Amino acid sequence: MHLTLRVWRQDGPEAEGRFETYEAAGIHQDMSFLEMLDLVNERLLTAGREPIAFDHDCREGICGSCGLMIDGRAHGPQGSTATCQLHMREFSDGDTIVIEPWRATSFPIVRDLVVDREAFDRIIEAGGYIGAPTGSAPEANLTPVPKETSDAAMDAAACIGCGACVAACPNGAGQLFTAAKVAHLNLLPQGQPERWMRVERMVETMEEYFGSCSNHGECEPACPKGISLDNIAMMNRDYLLSKIRNRKLGGY
Amino acid sequence: MLDARIPSGAINEHWDNHRDSISLVSPANKRRFTIIVVGTGLAGASAAATLAELGYRVKAYTFHDSARRAHSIAAQGGINAAKNYPNDGDSIHRLFYDTVKGGDYRSRESNVYRLAQLSVEIIDQCTAQGVPFAREYGGLLANRSFGGAQVSRTFYARGQTGQQLLLGAYQAMMRQVDRGTVELHTQTEMLDVVVKDGRAVGIVTRDLVSGEIASHPGHAVLLATGGYSNVFYLSTNAMKSNVTAAWRAHRKGALFANPCYTQIHPTCIPASDEFQSKLTLMSESLRNDGRIWVPVRAGDTRPPDDIGEPDRDYYLERRYPAFGNLVPRDVASRAAKVEVDRGKGVGPLANGVYLDFDEALRRLGPGTVRERYGNLLDMYQRITGENPYETPMRIYPAMHYTMGGLWVDYNLMTTIPGLYALGEANFSDHGANRLGASALMQGLADGYFVIPYTLGDYLAPHLGEGLVPGDDPSFVETERRVTARTEGYLSIGGSRSVDWFHRELGKVLWEYCGMERSADGLRRAISDIDSLKEDFDRDLRVLGTSSTLNQSLEKAGRVDDFLQLARLMCVDALHREESCGGHFRVEHQTDDGEARRDDANFSYVAAWDWNDGHEPVLHREPLTFDHVKPAQRSYR
Repeated sequence: MHLTLRVWRQDGPEAEGRFETYEAAGIHQDMSFLEMLDLVNERLLTAGREPIAFDHDCREGICGSCGLMIDGRAHGPQGSTATCQLHMREFSDGDTIVIEPWRATSFPIVRDLVVDREAFDRIIEAGGYIGAPTGSAPEANLTPVPKETSDAAMDAAACIGCGACVAACPNGAGQLFTAAKVAHLNLLPQGQPERWMRVERMVETMEEYFGSCSNHGECEPACPKGISLDNIAMMNRDYLLSKIRNRKLGGY
Repeated sequence: MLDARIPSGAINEHWDNHRDSISLVSPANKRRFTIIVVGTGLAGASAAATLAELGYRVKAYTFHDSARRAHSIAAQGGINAAKNYPNDGDSIHRLFYDTVKGGDYRSRESNVYRLAQLSVEIIDQCTAQGVPFAREYGGLLANRSFGGAQVSRTFYARGQTGQQLLLGAYQAMMRQVDRGTVELHTQTEMLDVVVKDGRAVGIVTRDLVSGEIASHPGHAVLLATGGYSNVFYLSTNAMKSNVTAAWRAHRKGALFANPCYTQIHPTCIPASDEFQSKLTLMSESLRNDGRIWVPVRAGDTRPPDDIGEPDRDYYLERRYPAFGNLVPRDVASRAAKVEVDRGKGVGPLANGVYLDFDEALRRLGPGTVRERYGNLLDMYQRITGENPYETPMRIYPAMHYTMGGLWVDYNLMTTIPGLYALGEANFSDHGANRLGASALMQGLADGYFVIPYTLGDYLAPHLGEGLVPGDDPSFVETERRVTARTEGYLSIGGSRSVDWFHRELGKVLWEYCGMERSADGLRRAISDIDSLKEDFDRDLRVLGTSSTLNQSLEKAGRVDDFLQLARLMCVDALHREESCGGHFRVEHQTDDGEARRDDANFSYVAAWDWNDGHEPVLHREPLTFDHVKPAQRSYR
């Protein structure tokens, strides 16, 4: 395949960015999207030009490092697929592909296509855990968890923290990421003691960094793991319950 | 002689005796110690969280933008533990026995026994953290059998067990970050250990965004920086996984043990073309229900559906009736190579074997198959464009895990006092071959339950000693060298990319130090690597500067270290005149092509001294087997 790439280049966080156009010839359809970029980079280097910086690591869709806006869609045209799992067979010879970094003010650009998603860590710090100091755990089977509950928690816990939900959202909201973690932990019996404190702190930290959710629903289809919007409903419910009934003081 | 500091007494009392006799640091005094943890995967994050809970001041470092991205996250299949929930005969002794046997009698009995003991606590710990392990309808935890085990002792969270365990450890660590007890440095790569008066006193790092080189003093340094499979270029490891932290420690005096013990994983997706950047692993849990076969006739290019039962060779079931498709990884990998080398490989490049779910789909139904393996089968389809519910998957072995690593004693301390190695970065528990679902167990055992005890023993006598300041000559000199090395790559101004060198190195290693090794091949590899390293120093091209994010520059340092490590791997493989586990020397095999160990001459850990870059010097730690009698492994 012969492709034309329009790639966002930006030398640093403060630098002015611009699109540059590269011709990518001889692209094989079995290559992954990132392998295509590897090849383009190899050619840029040979031509004495600095390679395009992009984030990536595991290349099997689980570490959440990669994330590109491809033709305006987070992670590109294939559903439930992280950028690293996208293959060139999804494109056609002669295509022009526009490649940009995640577009969200809460994810400042580090360089070219690399963004800083540290705001996600702040949300986890604020309560995305169960306080279980090492050594204090009871025997695991003392607390049965209904399979349906465990499965639902796992569905939410599958989030890879890539940030596609934020990038796809017109408001740059962090609801789907935050809600996935709230749901994972608040569904489980082990997560109950910190349930109300967790949801309040996480939601309020989220709002410090991210835009507001106005129910566009763009996040769910962009999510490579298919995290459901239902989690946002659960988070909102728990947040309201906690606020209205002041559960924090109620002790449960 | 290396002293592994193995405790006295009966093996089931070693750990208890040790814990009872080593020094403690009181709660009030723990905050007077600063502990540096490099790497935030399972071992690093669990250690950082636990040490901070205990009251130590912890500084944790990762080169990722978030600690949650460590490569532990990619482990799919599960984690072993001797819970014996299924009531099928498992016990701590049996897990210990299986691990020593699986490691082909090249691991340290005492360490492995402790690992088996601690496995039970890991499951409790992770469940309490909210790790959503698979459950039965009654609400209790589910188990499955996993490659090479005759009991069901593997806990799992769909095909994302590593992800869920890592998130548990990461979240526990972030809780401590919130409390101010862990100072987390992201996008920061450790580039050297600082040693003063023979002890580790800190590290020197490079900020990957600003390029700043900085010193970080600590009372002890813990390396939890993973394995070195990426030395092969094509492996299942993440692209950034590297050996630099361990290798820099090795150059500072830490012995490197058993570098030739590398594990090839039998079930990966075969390479599709020359641009392949990594190989994707398909969890070997697939072998529980999938059947592996090749055509009986070499060069049979018919589509799999057209090849009838009589024309199929289920070679693992045929050769190993007792274990069938579940033989250990090294056995399954070599068997696949034998078939492909005979011309029976399948797929467009004839470089794979079939893993067929047809029988499982008929026996279990698509629903159950999807529930057990859905995410793996989806991933396969995304990568290959083929639907594994309709046509057999194609698999082939790939580099996956490294049993070798920094030599550590029973306390996980390297030969540099105050420097520890945890998880895959050390060599200690898996011998010459690791069993499936044991890496997660070891990483978490080291981080949650071993280092929190053993670290105090080193620190206690140093109570009251301040940190070595960052402007001490030992730090200044190390910073100077790190800066010179980093700038040096930019100033070579050659013609070839760092990826080119990495690919060439990978080809040499895979050919001569991969699934099969021979003396002639290894000698050739050493000479090839030497000349490749010369070319690297002369002809590398890295553009840009050192004061911004520069991914090629980062990689240059990592590949430089891989070139040096690769040579040591070949030296080690050449010296070990036997076959054991993942180390298969063609000169040493039985009549039916199985590995032949030489217990009389090679029952030791080979720990190599860097020797200032001259020919490496071998130190031996003899291995004794008092509880598991070494035997020729047989999976028939």
